[in-house]
Amino acid sequence: MSDELIWRIAGGSGDGIDSTSQNFAKALMRSGLDVFTHRHYPSRIRGGHTYVEIRAADREVQSRGDGYNFLLSLGDSFARNPQEEAYYGNEEIKPLSENLDDLREGGIIVYDEGLVSEEDVEAIDLEARAEENDWHVFPMDLRGLAREHGREVMRNTAGVGVTAALLDMDLEHIEDLMSDAMGGDVLEANLEILHEAYETTREEYEFEHELRAPEGSHETEQALLSGSNAIAYGAIDAGCRFIAGYPMTPWTDVFTILAQNFPDMGGVSEQVEDEIAAAALALGASHAGAKAMSGSSGGGFALMSEPLGLAEMTETPLVLVESMRAGPSTGMPTKPEQGDLEFVLYTSQGDSSRVVFAPSSIEEAYEQTRLAFEIAWDYQLPAIVIYDQKLSGENKNVDVEFFDREPEPDLGATLTEDELAEAAHDASGKFKRFNYEDAENNVAPRSLPGQKGGRYLATGNEHSPVGHISEDPDNRVAQMTRRIEKLDSIRAELDEEHDSNQTYFGDETADYGIITWGSSHGAVNEAVERLNENGHSVKGVSVSDMMPFPEAEMTEFLESVDEAMVVEMNATAQFRGLIQKELGRYGEKMTSLLKYNGNPFEPAEIVEGYEVNVADEDRQPTAQVRIEPAAGD
Amino acid sequence: MSAFNAIGEEREIDRDEFTPGVEPQPTWCPGCGDFGVLKSLKQALPEVGKTPEEVLTVTGIGCSGKLNSYLDTYGFHTIHGRSLPVARAAKLANTDLEVIAAGGDGDGYGIGGNHFIHTARENHDMTYIVFNNEIFGLTKGQTSPTSPKGHKSKTQPSGSAKTPLRPLSLSLNAGASYIARTAAVNPNQAKEIIAEAIEHDGFAHVDFLTQCPTWNKDARQYVPYIDVQESDDYDFDVTDRREAAEMMYETEDVLNEGTVLTGRYYVDEDRPSYQEEKAAVGELPEQPLAERYFDEDAEWERSYDLLERHT
Repeated sequence: MSDELIWRIAGGSGDGIDSTSQNFAKALMRSGLDVFTHRHYPSRIRGGHTYVEIRAADREVQSRGDGYNFLLSLGDSFARNPQEEAYYGNEEIKPLSENLDDLREGGIIVYDEGLVSEEDVEAIDLEARAEENDWHVFPMDLRGLAREHGREVMRNTAGVGVTAALLDMDLEHIEDLMSDAMGGDVLEANLEILHEAYETTREEYEFEHELRAPEGSHETEQALLSGSNAIAYGAIDAGCRFIAGYPMTPWTDVFTILAQNFPDMGGVSEQVEDEIAAAALALGASHAGAKAMSGSSGGGFALMSEPLGLAEMTETPLVLVESMRAGPSTGMPTKPEQGDLEFVLYTSQGDSSRVVFAPSSIEEAYEQTRLAFEIAWDYQLPAIVIYDQKLSGENKNVDVEFFDREPEPDLGATLTEDELAEAAHDASGKFKRFNYEDAENNVAPRSLPGQKGGRYLATGNEHSPVGHISEDPDNRVAQMTRRIEKLDSIRAELDEEHDSNQTYFGDETADYGIITWGSSHGAVNEAVERLNENGHSVKGVSVSDMMPFPEAEMTEFLESVDEAMVVEMNATAQFRGLIQKELGRYGEKMTSLLKYNGNPFEPAEIVEGYEVNVADEDRQPTAQVRIEPAAGD
Repeated sequence: MSAFNAIGEEREIDRDEFTPGVEPQPTWCPGCGDFGVLKSLKQALPEVGKTPEEVLTVTGIGCSGKLNSYLDTYGFHTIHGRSLPVARAAKLANTDLEVIAAGGDGDGYGIGGNHFIHTARENHDMTYIVFNNEIFGLTKGQTSPTSPKGHKSKTQPSGSAKTPLRPLSLSLNAGASYIARTAAVNPNQAKEIIAEAIEHDGFAHVDFLTQCPTWNKDARQYVPYIDVQESDDYDFDVTDRREAAEMMYETEDVLNEGTVLTGRYYVDEDRPSYQEEKAAVGELPEQPLAERYFDEDAEWERSYDLLERHT
């Protein structure tokens, strides 16, 4: 038995890698293991090198590991230009050749000899490299096996069968999942292929490898979900029943999940002409009384700047989600990055009054989406959930009972008609919607169109209490101050009435801190654990409250350490900049470890970053990361 | 019973209810065509039985955007070009509301052109009034999408080299199911057309010629005007797309030669509105979504019940 399995299935886009891995991850989860998946894919319709990694262990896993230990290399059935000198290189061999660098010593390789030619395998020196790294190589004619019992596309099933044999796994869970997903002849053929592959492997090979599937058990039922699932489910449980959007990777996942579920829930989903319209629709629906949301990735979110500002000025509750991918401009559409932080915090003209949460895990994605709705409707402003391609697509097992809670469709600071009758009106009977006198927590409750006694004008111009356009200086100061001070009220509420959205880990007494935010949390957490096991003393914090900034918590953390390293996936240390801006100091304490090559951090890269920073200042990291020195260094 | 008591209330409605009891008084220039739109709405709304608080008037930016400052309904003065997406979503969220959107020719045919095309295409059940004065008024007289070719302004000093946009033809091709043109100088027709547009089930587009005495003073007063339904010189069937298209094309052509044609151009009563289409495929709830939040008996679905697919 091994400590952990990190299984990588590689092939071409369009080859069913994603669905095969999803089912295999579920099978591992059902066998009692904790699982975490990482998806790597190109921005291409068919072909191109793609893989999914599943990390499984008998303990909580919340990050990809360092490298991996099992490669199932399927062919790329859409491979183009099988010549070395072609722009894309020889694609047929890529599901094998592109994955070798990360494979750990003693690892297993299964490849489809039905799709890859012997010459190609020789050309990449597989034999020599296998010997050097003690890899165990199993060439199998997966395509032939699939053809014999069914159709060629079923070779993924053959690969799973070989995997199960080599890892000494029971086929029961895999069979169950197949039976859930298909039926009839297709199921029969797949089951046949699964068993045939399993038996053939056991008959043909003597196993010299040590790797086996770990064993574990769960005390409660588990569900396998992605960050996008969690955001969508948080919205559903917050009573959101209106979504408008325009497709863009990776945001499309959340949009799709809600669009598919809303018809059965009395909700309304609208795919519209562009992202300006998408955010404007969410705003219009919210104005009329629905709990509404929209979202996009960076490029589409840029178009939302206008309606976002309008939501702030008209104090219309709104939730937007922003799923970051590598920029600038079209950037790398399917690769994660944390480069939109400053953009999301400040885009739109004038002084902003918005809330921004950056969840760092599947559970937080659910919690903070719910919280975003609660805050947005209580305080009448836009709340944004910022996440990235990594969190969007990664899957992790979560305790089913985590979701067993009451929905919260409450409209927050919205008046009923009875309450409206008692509220302040001007001489003409217009409701003082933006009444700055007696505004509790700086919030002036609103009415909804169609309610008696509630009519007012919402406007993007500065306005008087009933909404008339006004440039009166006293009114301007009162309204502007009230709008921005809502953030102080929210900060106070978050500090006093909620559990902290920040996650702390590592050695509390340490005088070295690692700070991160969003989806880099998992890898940082594991790196901190490892550093402490290796005799260092390090503490960590993962921050989710981007705005309003958790000033007290971060001051306390930074005061408690002599030095800190801020880990984030962008090239200009945006979050470190935010800390300095918000706290006005600590620049000389904070070094940055930055990664922006399109791949998320692995724990070992953070461990190395620490070692270079702390112990070995002359050395440069071997990983593709950049160290940005502290202010003054 | 509705959670929105102003909706569907049956009572006598006085047109003065739509005039704000205190300031602001309109700040439009004397002689501005925008007064004509305001007046026709104040007349039409009581006539079709709408009370101020069951109407949401959504405007864009420009002189026209001030409409809901002077029309006492629920109002949303949005941003330049974006009245339509805000308005149509309000209608989707509360299908019982009477939703009227309004803006200028720059707002609707220029910066908001994409929204115009798609809102017409989808045939949302709402009224859209475009104050067409063939110029940018609030920013002081620049050439607009409907300004005639050769129009000279500070931003087109040699005269515009662009052919003006054809609002009626565009609307027809995009999919609007009620299309009319009226003029501020023709108040009776304007009131009737606005009333018809409000009552129409689908996207009703009214291109409203609003003379700008300040920035377009030489060019346009839109008199004399001809009502194509009343004139013996024109004979076409408003329910026939082909005939409507020809009439629109001619109307757009002759405007620049000084002949002002107005009236109904296309009326399709058979095409279901977007709201009806969406309900038919099961994507719009029967009870208006906004009502559900006030319904104490409503059972809210939760994600916990969706987890089976993940286990």
